[in-house]
Amino acid sequence: MIRFEPRGPVAVSKVISVTVAAAVAALVLAAVPMLFAGLSVFEAYGLMIKGAFGSAFAFTEMLTRATPLILTGLAAAVAFRAKLWNIGAEGQLYAGALAAVAVGTGLISGPSFVLIPAVILAGALMGGLVMLGPTLLKTRLGVDEVVTTLLLNFVILLFVQMMLEGPMKDPMGMGWPQSEPILDEAALPKLMDRMRIHWGLIIALISALGVYFVLKRTVWGFEIRAVGENASAARHAGIPVTATFIRVGLLSGALAGLAGVGEVAGLKGYLTADLSPGFGYSGIVVAMLAGLSPIGVVFAALFIASIFVGADSMSRATGVSNYLADLIVAMALLCVLVSGLFLRFKIRFVGAPHAKEASK
Amino acid sequence: MIEILDILVSENFWAASLRIATPLIFGVIGALICERAGVLNLGIEGIFTAGAMAGWMAVWLGAGLWGGVLVAALAGGLFGLLHAILTVPLGLSQHVSGIGVTLFATSLSYFIYRTALPDVSSPPRIEAFQPLDIPTLSDLPFIGPALFQQTSLTFLALILVLATSYVLYRTPLGLAIQAVGDNPSAVESQGLSVYALRMGAVVVGSSIMALGGAFLTMSAFDAFFFGMVNGRGWICIALTVFASWRPGKALIGALLFGAFDAFQVRLQTEVGSFIPGQVFLMMPYILSIIALIVVARKADYPRALLVPYFRGQR
Amino acid sequence: MAPPAIDAPVLLRLEGITKRFGALTANGDVSLDLRQGEILALLGENGAGKTTLMNILFGHYVADEGQVLVLGSHGALEELEPGSPHAALDAGIGMVHQHFTLAENLSAFDNILLGTEPLSAIKSARLPARKKLDELMERSGLAVNLDTRISNLSVGEKQRVEILKALYRDARVLVLDEPTAVLTPQESETLFATLTKLAGDGLGIIFISHKLAEVMASSHRVAVLRGGRKVADLPTEGSSQRQLAELMVGHEISETVREPGTPGAPLFVLTGVAAGHGRDAISDVSLDLRAGEILGIAGVSGNGQTTLARVISGLETVSAGILMLEGDELGQVSARQMIDIGLARIPEDRHHDGIVGAMTVSENLAIEGIRKPENQRFGMLRFSAMRDRAKDLIEAYDIRCQSEASPARLLSGGNIQKIVLARTLETEPKVVLAAQPSRGLDVGATSDVHKRLLAARARGAGVILISEDLDELMRLSDRIAVIHRGHLSQAEPTEDLDRSKLGLRMAGHDGEEAA
Repeated sequence: MIRFEPRGPVAVSKVISVTVAAAVAALVLAAVPMLFAGLSVFEAYGLMIKGAFGSAFAFTEMLTRATPLILTGLAAAVAFRAKLWNIGAEGQLYAGALAAVAVGTGLISGPSFVLIPAVILAGALMGGLVMLGPTLLKTRLGVDEVVTTLLLNFVILLFVQMMLEGPMKDPMGMGWPQSEPILDEAALPKLMDRMRIHWGLIIALISALGVYFVLKRTVWGFEIRAVGENASAARHAGIPVTATFIRVGLLSGALAGLAGVGEVAGLKGYLTADLSPGFGYSGIVVAMLAGLSPIGVVFAALFIASIFVGADSMSRATGVSNYLADLIVAMALLCVLVSGLFLRFKIRFVGAPHAKEASK
Repeated sequence: MIEILDILVSENFWAASLRIATPLIFGVIGALICERAGVLNLGIEGIFTAGAMAGWMAVWLGAGLWGGVLVAALAGGLFGLLHAILTVPLGLSQHVSGIGVTLFATSLSYFIYRTALPDVSSPPRIEAFQPLDIPTLSDLPFIGPALFQQTSLTFLALILVLATSYVLYRTPLGLAIQAVGDNPSAVESQGLSVYALRMGAVVVGSSIMALGGAFLTMSAFDAFFFGMVNGRGWICIALTVFASWRPGKALIGALLFGAFDAFQVRLQTEVGSFIPGQVFLMMPYILSIIALIVVARKADYPRALLVPYFRGQR
Repeated sequence: MAPPAIDAPVLLRLEGITKRFGALTANGDVSLDLRQGEILALLGENGAGKTTLMNILFGHYVADEGQVLVLGSHGALEELEPGSPHAALDAGIGMVHQHFTLAENLSAFDNILLGTEPLSAIKSARLPARKKLDELMERSGLAVNLDTRISNLSVGEKQRVEILKALYRDARVLVLDEPTAVLTPQESETLFATLTKLAGDGLGIIFISHKLAEVMASSHRVAVLRGGRKVADLPTEGSSQRQLAELMVGHEISETVREPGTPGAPLFVLTGVAAGHGRDAISDVSLDLRAGEILGIAGVSGNGQTTLARVISGLETVSAGILMLEGDELGQVSARQMIDIGLARIPEDRHHDGIVGAMTVSENLAIEGIRKPENQRFGMLRFSAMRDRAKDLIEAYDIRCQSEASPARLLSGGNIQKIVLARTLETEPKVVLAAQPSRGLDVGATSDVHKRLLAARARGAGVILISEDLDELMRLSDRIAVIHRGHLSQAEPTEDLDRSKLGLRMAGHDGEEAA
């Protein structure tokens, strides 16, 4: 018989070690599908580590992949803190990318110091606006935001496809459904020569610090935490719960929108309908691994990004499907979920009551 | 106008509606069983995928069609068991666990499919379920073809609606499930196990969801594609609210939904040149959101939904 | 009351029951006998371990030490399997919990049948069950409409369903946890008459209570628990209320006394207020609270108190009527604005609505004034100021906690209530709304709450005290009004009222009928 006993406050070091243990557990569990696919486990992990950290290029690729994950992770973390279940970061990312492309391909013209902020602002705003809908439906009508944000992901992706095949299609794109390229003045500068790593990473890191500051030190952050932990008590204490949800929704959507901005204006240069391989969904895993801490999100995003980049490289070398990466990420989410038990409870294994044994 | 009427009175239209509705019926019935017991199962999208892949692969490996159905249900039940363990005795967040199960089931299905078939350019096909042709009945005007252009799986779905309805409202087990989703301590104080009832409901509900996926690869199509579930699971979660957790209403909701979808596909062929195809493809998702909004004010959620139960706490 | 014969067989025996939760010993070496036909009162204050003990008996908890013995079919005491409600039910133990364990979405009949039939049955055998229940209702006098959904039943009816649940399973031992907490005095009398009758038929009954009057009036024997230990076990006949009270509390008790006051001008006035939906709606509610008085609102729970409290807290908009504070009409006012203009509230459910358990004591003390300049500047929190203020309040209100940085959820109920009192009363509000402020608290914490409310009255605040505890209301209130089905009676001076008058009004009889 297992018994859960609630425990008091937990030291940060304990939180970190339990979370790292969960991540390691996911990697250990991943040995099962690896063996199933006929891989040698140690060799496969060797290839993955090499693929993510083995060279300067590999390392910058990993950081490039981590960039959108930090932002979608923050989007999920800030929303989940308020118990606003925004599962729509994927759609908000595309909405942000679409707005960035719309602004950055000639809607306005000017020097970089005008265009880049304009592109960033447009993407963030659009992401926030997309999340505003489900938030208002939740606060005004009580419509469950989980389902609406999930469903909107599909609507937005179709809308993007429609725009790419219609009004926003690149006439020079040789028939491919893709947008015109973003103007050079509107593109986020690269951080290093001959590498793909770009200023989006800096934006992501600043965002993480910003969210940390808001949650920790401001009245708004206080209100977000109070609403998330106990909305009813917060309401009784005079905290504007509806307004807090709206603020959180806008912030969360804006962060996801920024992820889209980075991908089009920093990395790809134009928009296609396969811009994101599920960054929005992976962001949920990042946020959970981080224990919803904004600083933790940065490290969790690096971990998830190295799995993706490492598995891609391993997949190229061995021919094993890179769906393995998604599998490891999914298992990491389940492992970290279970590990939460060790932080909330003292788990004790106690002997079954003697009468039970006697009666059986 | 005339064209619209033509669509509505055509037998093919109603046959298509029922065909589109079938996976949703499985999904909504499965979701409803879980939620009636107090557990939201957002694993549904992944369980659909797992059912589609597992069922198809079993048939492809020679298990036969009904063998495939059984394997699909089994796969769904296993993922359901995972969700049940995480959310019932461990009492973890049903939202996060559900999303986790969806990611896990989806990526595992894709990984197994890719590993089993590394380099196929076009997906291999199986001999899928064929429409049942019941003599004399299929000759009935109008409902004959609409009903009897369907495969056995559609009939299975309809039978499941009746069975679920009976069990839920007429048997001690059904009453216990309704009670455990409303107030678990009512069940425990009468000597029944909250955990057993909830876990059982989630496992059975998940098996039924998986049949919705199996219908896609074994009846609607004859192959497995990546991304083929395409949000159907989420739509079922919305339809469950729309159906106010009642099997009868779930059937009606799924049929309405199927009819809308079939209608817009036909409308598309009429006016497709003016309106981009994506607008039509968006309709199911938008329709689901509208359905949620319509019932939002009066939605009567099971009171204990999302609330974990720990013994000895009241 | 005539106790059962001495040679009546022992139905139930608890032997050396010990139960610990972490460092806390909820039950320490408790032994207890119950004879056939006996009504045993288990007396103790909140937190004395009564409910834990009964939950062990019923298998919700497993005792760390000790055992439960039940009279078996062979006439000897047999050990009961621990940790299994199922086994307890089979052994003929029925329990009526304080918080009813009923599925609101099913009928009374379905709730009674729940778990009595095998889950594999493909059909429910309803006719014979119906017959048995009709007989039971006839015999015990517990009438209830079996086909009504639980959500449509009154509190008293729900309690009857709970008792029927036990009787239907042929219970030999019936345990009731604080059964009168939610009843009017008259309903309580009816309940005890029923219990006496059932005991006369051979049922063994344990009822948990902290109300001395009903223990004296309706039990054969009293077992007193204090701090988890049994401190006395004596026949009711020959004991006195005073003796029991001191056994229960462990020392002589001094009751809080309300000094006569001189109420001032009308402070807070409600005229013709209507709000809410369904059972908890209120309509045409008028009250006038004067400065320096405590206005009690009596009533059985579920008669609109919650809605009234929400209206006064600014959490619910009114559909008709007006609210006036010091002569100014309040329009649409939010919860925030209500606090700012000086209406403080002590919520009914302090764990759920009073504190944010995961946040610190300091944050919970600051939460109502988080936007005030002392707590923030330009939207940035002033941590050191919050901390200092928290330390002061912890001292002033004697809040027992490790530090101001510990999570509030780790505190006991009494200390959580002190957090709420500290943050609401510290701002010296004009009006204090106290909803069930002492529910579930022990004597010490209760008297603390009462002193704070009287202090607020003494400095000229108006206090609205919503309570189900008539003793509390009579002791503290200058005037009392009764709420029934959403209607509020005219408030009358406490001196002109007594328990039975209030009880009749709580049951819906107006003043003239009562006279």
